[in-house]
Amino acid sequence: MAEAHNTIAGEHQGSLLGYSIGFVLSAILTAIPFALVINGTAPREATLLGIFAAAVVQILVHLHYFLHLDRSSAQRWNLMTLLFTLMVMTIFIGGSLWIMLDLHSRMMG
Amino acid sequence: MLGKLTLSAIPYHNPIIMGAVGFTILVGLVILGLITRHGAWRYLWTEWLTSVDHKRIGVMYIVLALIMLLRGFADAIMMRVQQMVAEGASQGYLPPGHFDQIFGAHGTIMILFMAMPFLVGLWNVVIPQQLGARDVAFPFLNSVSFWLTAVGAMLVMVSLGIGDFSTAGWTGYPPLSELGYSPTSGVDYWIWAIQISGVGTLLTGVNFLATIVKMRAPGMTFMRMPVFAWAALVTCVLIILAFPVLTVTLALLTLDRYLDMHFFSNGLGGNMMMYLNLFWIWGHPEVYIVILPAFGVFSEVVPTFSGKPLFGYKTMVYATAAIGILSFSVWLHHFFTMGSSANVNAFFGITTMIIAVPTGVKIFNWLFTMYRGRVQFTPPILWTIGFFSAFLVGGVTGVLLAVPPADYLLHNSLFLVAHFHNMLIPGALFAYLAGYMYWFPKAFGFRLNEKWGKRAFWAWLVGFYVAFIPLYVLGFMGMPRRMEHYSDPAWLPWLEVAAIGAVIILFGIIFLVVQLVVSIRERQATRDLTGDPWNGRTLEWATASPPAVYNVARIPVVNALDSFWDMKQQGPAYEKPPEYADIHMPRNSPAGFVIGVFAFLFGFAMIWHIWWLAIASAVGMLATVVARSLNDDIEYVIPAAEVERTENERRRLMAQAATQSPADTGADVIPQPLPQV
Amino acid sequence: MTPQVQAIDAALLAAHEHHDARDAQAFGFWLYILSDLILFSSLFATFAVQMRSFAGGPTGKDLFDLRYVAVETLLLLLSSASYGLAMLAVQQGRSARVMRWLGVTFLLGLGFILMEVHEFYGLVLAGHGPDRSGFISAYFTLVGTHGTHVTFGLIWMAAMLFQVGFKGLSKPVAGRLLRLSVFWHFLDIVWIGVFSVVYLLGVM
Repeated sequence: MAEAHNTIAGEHQGSLLGYSIGFVLSAILTAIPFALVINGTAPREATLLGIFAAAVVQILVHLHYFLHLDRSSAQRWNLMTLLFTLMVMTIFIGGSLWIMLDLHSRMMG
Repeated sequence: MLGKLTLSAIPYHNPIIMGAVGFTILVGLVILGLITRHGAWRYLWTEWLTSVDHKRIGVMYIVLALIMLLRGFADAIMMRVQQMVAEGASQGYLPPGHFDQIFGAHGTIMILFMAMPFLVGLWNVVIPQQLGARDVAFPFLNSVSFWLTAVGAMLVMVSLGIGDFSTAGWTGYPPLSELGYSPTSGVDYWIWAIQISGVGTLLTGVNFLATIVKMRAPGMTFMRMPVFAWAALVTCVLIILAFPVLTVTLALLTLDRYLDMHFFSNGLGGNMMMYLNLFWIWGHPEVYIVILPAFGVFSEVVPTFSGKPLFGYKTMVYATAAIGILSFSVWLHHFFTMGSSANVNAFFGITTMIIAVPTGVKIFNWLFTMYRGRVQFTPPILWTIGFFSAFLVGGVTGVLLAVPPADYLLHNSLFLVAHFHNMLIPGALFAYLAGYMYWFPKAFGFRLNEKWGKRAFWAWLVGFYVAFIPLYVLGFMGMPRRMEHYSDPAWLPWLEVAAIGAVIILFGIIFLVVQLVVSIRERQATRDLTGDPWNGRTLEWATASPPAVYNVARIPVVNALDSFWDMKQQGPAYEKPPEYADIHMPRNSPAGFVIGVFAFLFGFAMIWHIWWLAIASAVGMLATVVARSLNDDIEYVIPAAEVERTENERRRLMAQAATQSPADTGADVIPQPLPQV
Repeated sequence: MTPQVQAIDAALLAAHEHHDARDAQAFGFWLYILSDLILFSSLFATFAVQMRSFAGGPTGKDLFDLRYVAVETLLLLLSSASYGLAMLAVQQGRSARVMRWLGVTFLLGLGFILMEVHEFYGLVLAGHGPDRSGFISAYFTLVGTHGTHVTFGLIWMAAMLFQVGFKGLSKPVAGRLLRLSVFWHFLDIVWIGVFSVVYLLGVM
């Protein structure tokens, strides 16, 4: 009982299989964008999209297989706070880029 | 060996500074002498400096805040006097470089070393008790947080006598704050003072959010939590998400200054507007970090002294949360004049105006709570009422400034200075003083003198209006902020009025000191034996005044909002438990103090480029942390018998209070059947 | 108080004993991780704003070797997996195995750091130090901050190897190992952002 409460990652701590799947998926999701860029044959937009999609999916893979974050009740606070942080991150990064690029276009454009 | 530090760093040619340094040293020596004379060093060390007890740490925070209030106010009155005389041919008594340091120090001190320690101090004293907990989630970290904050304040004080302080204002905008334009150590003092105390604040945010989320008494659901705790919860979220941005902003400026990087420089790809962007991503939430806890204080004071539950508890909670979220989306209004396109300015103007809505909801809630209540006009409620009127003016001028075209006219003028003082003095300081007078008996076991409290309030309120309303007028007349000299005679009369206002506020401060002295003298007569001097509604009033080290002998079970009120109505408030159990409490530790000493040496060494000392003290900090983490023996046990002894003594005092006439104790509450309101 | 209420109270109190200290500790550490996430976001935002501020100096294409970065990425990913295996051993209470996997993780992390230091050293030597342009300042600071975090992780890991060796897998030690694992996996997640935004976009 106490052990379960002792985890940031919740009730289960993962298994050999889980870590293996996580590792293989991550390796593939790393290889794809690197290959796209090193090859340089795909169109620019497709490459950009590929990089971002692979990064997002890989982050989800890490959260699930390495950090064992899920929707269980033990994880509710961790998940909620993470989602809120991601929202604020989006505001910060998106807002900064919007503000600074807007300024840039008015200064140079 | 000593980096940039030489004897010439001491400004011995400036009599004003040397006078201030001499006075500070004198006061310090007198205090040290008194401690020695009373043989209080051991007591101070074992009971306070090394304490991990949240109540003790809270008191130390508030002492720090009050000391820094004096320093910050001294800066303020010096500026008012300078501007009252430095017109036309007269240059005043302050040279430009010194005046610039003073306004920078005033802002930095008042926000980061007065407001922040004050609110964190109130949290420390109150929040665990309000939640029915025995301590915060991380008692030792709490001590580290305090010492890091104190170190920051200390560095600002040291800058008075060794070197100088930043002349770039409390916001430190580049390129002025870059090495090429501020080559002295002033900006470095500013950077490291804020950086070190900022880490302490971040740890406080983590500590209290974990405490509030995980350590509430059983049965205290979120919707049964006092609004003060709710405000602390939202504030902690703001701290955790905003302070890292400040850390980064200052770090990048540091890299520019120390390693010749190009984040905010004029040339080689630097972008100084990015500094403004980052600074205010932190800076705007910071405004709410100091104001939301203040709203929390009012939400406790108003129901208690109106004898009614808070009107619209749920809307109060939602309004607090809404303000918290919206505060992340308005930062550009601090630099509308940067030259963004209309779309960007319009977006941030509108979000800024929206924030006024939940704030209005709160004001109405407090007013409706007082409406048809039996309001007792004690000092805490006077601060609250004073806040209503003054804050309203500030809110209205704020919405005015949120309109970008209006902001283009008023930006950087005294109108802006009047506006934010209008938010922060009533919106933060009045609330903290209300909280100080409200919870003082809880922390020390006797009440503060009401007569002097009321005098202080009136001096502050009147002085505030007299000092700041003229600044609105001056803003419209076009007077920019931060002027050490000007040549428009039309401004002079208004500045003279403002200076008179500052003198009235000075009386407010003197009355606060008198109140403390008088209250300590007459403490036998105003002792609070019940633990509940105001007929309170929340759990902190269930403990003794001052509380036992463990706060509560048995963790209470909460069944309602205003839980202590409910317990008094239903009966179990003072029920004797069938038996007491052993209580585990954290052991005091000198490690927090030691980390503070190393942090001070580290900051000082970085400021003066004494690299060997910087490395040594960084290693010292790390080693202290590692050594502490190796220690698993961090708790001690208070045996059940001792708990029982302590609790029985408290019961005896309560019974004694009940036999005295209410006029003697000042308490109309006795620990059993209560008068219904 | 009625007996019924007392029974409910007793149940609530019992439930209360269960969470408390340890739970709060784990949650507090998670909050620290979130604040660190914001710290990195600010650095990413700064990098994104400055990623074209070359000031006539070298661009990402001139500076970065993707194959080298791919090896660094692999080292860090392997270290994440091996830390996972160490945590499995913690679950089984086998301290010798925990130390073995921690040691492997430590070496992989050390390899990553040495590669990064080598890369930085080469750039500075070639005259592309952080004072060259806004772009290179932002690059060094973002990647260097990640590297500093990894270094602190290594120091922590060394301390944990010591603790597991002398104290065994006691409750506090297991708790610390768990928090270190969260820290370590978090740094790997940040690295995904770094190689995607800094290196891959940088050479495009």
